Amino acid sequence: MYDIVIIGAGIAGLTAAIYASRANKKVLIIEKQNYGGRIISAPHVKNYPGFLDISGVDLATNLYVQATSLGAELVFENAESIQNGINKKVITDKHEYSCKAIIIATGLDRRSLNIPGEKELVGKGVSYCATCDGNFYKDKVVAVVGGGKSAIEDAIYLSDIASKVYLISRKNLEEEVNKKNIEVITNYSVDKINSKDNIESIDIKSSNDSKNIKVDGLFVSIGYETSSEEFESVIELDDRGYIISNNTHTNLDGIFAAGDCCKKDLRQLVTAASDGAIAATEAIKYIEKNR
Amino acid sequence: MVIEGNNEIFEKEVLNYEGKVLVDFNATWCGPCRMLKPVLDQVAANGKKIVAIDVDNDRDIAIKYNISSIPCLILFENGKEVKRSVGLIPINEIESLFEE
Repeated sequence: MYDIVIIGAGIAGLTAAIYASRANKKVLIIEKQNYGGRIISAPHVKNYPGFLDISGVDLATNLYVQATSLGAELVFENAESIQNGINKKVITDKHEYSCKAIIIATGLDRRSLNIPGEKELVGKGVSYCATCDGNFYKDKVVAVVGGGKSAIEDAIYLSDIASKVYLISRKNLEEEVNKKNIEVITNYSVDKINSKDNIESIDIKSSNDSKNIKVDGLFVSIGYETSSEEFESVIELDDRGYIISNNTHTNLDGIFAAGDCCKKDLRQLVTAASDGAIAATEAIKYIEKNR
Repeated sequence: MVIEGNNEIFEKEVLNYEGKVLVDFNATWCGPCRMLKPVLDQVAANGKKIVAIDVDNDRDIAIKYNISSIPCLILFENGKEVKRSVGLIPINEIESLFEE
């Protein structure tokens, strides 16, 4: 029996684990992919207090080492449902874990294009993380899809590695981009990905035109979506899928929520960390009260 | 436990091993490799055999297997390469490398 099970090993979940472990609580973190959450795709983090410039991977690794060296356990499994009660349960694809309190810190998932070829080609040319996979495209031609800040950042990052970068956006870009080997294509969307074993080209189209571009890699950077549907039957969500919480308390006693999965105004590393600390503290209070 | 490999261990535990063994080609400077490590530890703890090769320390092995991008996971069966995966992948995909 764990005191607290935390679902998600992003910044919020790892911070909650640090606070709960320091209070001598037995903590399990369940993560479906890799620790760190979304921040691992940032090459430079410059707005986390106390760090002038740190990579997302380094920041996440520090937090991971900090949490696990304090005694928090981490398993790589997919949490599929939760059960409420005095003793609560988190059911994953592999096990069932009993605990006294649950902190949901599942963050957001990357949005995908939902076009033919995309799913099959992940790892064979389609990527959602420029800093993770960029190095595979040295002197090759890549395209970045998206018009927001992170798409522009990805394009600039990749332009130092690849020989040519197409930046393809349905709308005008949020900021201007001036780099010799970045070709900006606005008012076009990606329609189809063509491949043999690996990606070979993409079809793009505008309202009155369509063309084919040869690329070796396609980086999708079109934002994020909530991923808390698996808890929908027990936890109250808003109409966009964000968890409704008050000082990290959800509608159920002893189940807390922290980080980007919550309905909130500002989604930043520092607010995720803040949520994690509050959720852990509130969970500890709940456990003490119900002893 | 993931076995930390070198030339000698690679020959004994991979090339001359009868059965399946996963080799993790990594480097200390590679961020995604570091993130993959705790995942591989869990797969190893579940009973799978894994050998880690640092491509900087054992460059000749990396060259022999044409490793151009890391993290790179290669599944060997009876000393022969049978499957390869490049990049940071979740645990289910690592485990499925061991399946037929």
